[in-house]
Amino acid sequence: MRMSWFNATSLTLGFAFLYLPMVILIIYSFNESRLVTVWAGFSTKWYGELLQNQSFLDAAWVTLKVAVFSSTLATILGTMAAYVLVRGGRFMGRTLFSGMIYAPLVMPEVITGLSLLLLFIGIGLDRGVLTIVLAHTTFSMAFVSVVVSSRLVTFDRSLEEAALDLGASPWDAFRLVTLPIIAPAVISGWLLAFTLSLDDLVIASFTAGPASTTLPIRIFSAVRLGVSPEINALSTIMIAIVTVGVITASLVSKRSMVRQKRDEQAAARAT
Amino acid sequence: MTLRPFLQQGRPDLPATVFAPWADPNQKPLIRFQNVTKRFGDFTAIDDLSLDIYEREFFALLGPSGCGKTTMMRMLAGFENPTSGRIELAGQDIVPVPPNKRAVNMMFQSYALFPHLTVWDNIAFGLRRDSMPKIDLQRRVEEMLKLTRLEKFARRKPHQISGGQRQRVALARSLAKAPKLLLLDEPLGALDKKLRQDTQFELMDIQEKTGTTFVIVTHDQEEAMTVASRVAVMDEGRLIQVATPADIYEAPNSVYVADFIGDVNILEGTVRATGPNRYHFTWADTGESVTAASERPFSDGQTAHLAIRPEKVQISAERPEGAENAIKGKVHDIAYLGNISTFHVRVAGERIIKAQSANTRRITNRAFTWEDDVWLSWTPTAGVVLSD
Repeated sequence: MRMSWFNATSLTLGFAFLYLPMVILIIYSFNESRLVTVWAGFSTKWYGELLQNQSFLDAAWVTLKVAVFSSTLATILGTMAAYVLVRGGRFMGRTLFSGMIYAPLVMPEVITGLSLLLLFIGIGLDRGVLTIVLAHTTFSMAFVSVVVSSRLVTFDRSLEEAALDLGASPWDAFRLVTLPIIAPAVISGWLLAFTLSLDDLVIASFTAGPASTTLPIRIFSAVRLGVSPEINALSTIMIAIVTVGVITASLVSKRSMVRQKRDEQAAARAT
Repeated sequence: MTLRPFLQQGRPDLPATVFAPWADPNQKPLIRFQNVTKRFGDFTAIDDLSLDIYEREFFALLGPSGCGKTTMMRMLAGFENPTSGRIELAGQDIVPVPPNKRAVNMMFQSYALFPHLTVWDNIAFGLRRDSMPKIDLQRRVEEMLKLTRLEKFARRKPHQISGGQRQRVALARSLAKAPKLLLLDEPLGALDKKLRQDTQFELMDIQEKTGTTFVIVTHDQEEAMTVASRVAVMDEGRLIQVATPADIYEAPNSVYVADFIGDVNILEGTVRATGPNRYHFTWADTGESVTAASERPFSDGQTAHLAIRPEKVQISAERPEGAENAIKGKVHDIAYLGNISTFHVRVAGERIIKAQSANTRRITNRAFTWEDDVWLSWTPTAGVVLSD
């Protein structure tokens, strides 16, 4: 079908608005010249340079550690919270709790960061990787719980009852029946938490210590001294990682949906 | 609740092979509800209900939606606990026992098959929870697959098989652990009519082969009549009548049961005794009198209902000779159903009485047509006299 000129223009404008800055950044990361805004031919030398830069590599390693630990922790806590909110029935303070679990979604990051900083100082916890992990878990857990609870709402409760009925303990019923079925949602939740942690600057700068600079902090402080082609290269890598994460997350849920639909149609034809 | 089987079941003069443990006072019930009440907030789902169900029975809980039948089943499975009262299974109070520790299995209305497991693994799920040895487990699953004719589909996932096959997987899975009691929640609700009828007989067959006690919940009275050894008709959390399908149909204990099960004509009037178990029933609409037999005693002048099934009302052009009860009327409507025809006959002005006749011969022209004058007749024992 041919697209009308109006639709074509809207689409072009929309995409340009979203992706033009990133495309420019990616292009300039392959720039030969040291001057960021002057094109001097194609080169991958800044990627090579990046590998020599120990402070960037250290920051990348910290960021990766923080992202893996915090997203895993957030997935466990967020799944548990979602389970209780959807399945816990009516208990005292349910409405309050379900409202409050989503608060970090709308809370300004500066406030979350500041309050966490005050907490860590209050309990005398030295700022470092641990504090960033805890801080990231706190805010990304809310996102995981949104993703997982939207799946649990449509989950047929009688499946769990059937597992109990067949002699499974409540924990076995969760582990063997509920978890495998909601796994795509849990995985998407993890990937979401992972990417959120990867590119967080504000909360990390409140909770990071001198020896635990994350990549976004490192980039931000480097940029204040002027944009270097190395930063462009680094940003390109991060864009790649996030893109792969997001595409994987959507493919995981889409693939299982498509397969289920196809099988159901096949079964319907067989009858 | 009194139970008085007076048709073929449980009569002492019949051979002992008749299955009627409920008529034998020495039999111990498998399930015993004792004054069970269940409330959800202000709503009383089950109201002080007592009921005994015996081993090897195929027991049906029948009633309209919201009558409490599903709550009864969920209490047996352990998903709900009674507000008060006691539920016994084989003499033991099961109220404090969680669902995963009960020798009871349930087949869910939605089947609740585990979508991520194959048919084989679905059936094996319960056996694995008991850590059954691998050899025994394999043999048991194969046995269940054979019983439900699913051998060919063992490696498929639930969404790769048809609705009827899924229903059989659900049955096989719930039978695999050889439970003392199998609960079936509207097991055939999702199947189309033809498949449902075939499956009803299959269920009865499997129940006989395995010797398991079945309790089925259904709102379909035909289904309950077909499969059950006894039927409990429920309304608003109470048992209205518990009896064999034949007793429920032929000897309902109330207008509610007579009306709920099958088609029925219900006439209102007063009774007057004319002899032992014989009454004159004076129809309030016309003042006409008919003779009715009743084993239940009535006092003279008591208002009562006479319930007569349409197939027990004969329709004829002339007044049949020697008929004790005959009423004149006009054919108002005819419903031709192939095997039978139902005549709606207008008598005494506006009142409609239904009469059914079997179409035993292939005839081109019916004996009666619209607006014909006809006679309706029935014997004194054809109807049941019911008090209000």
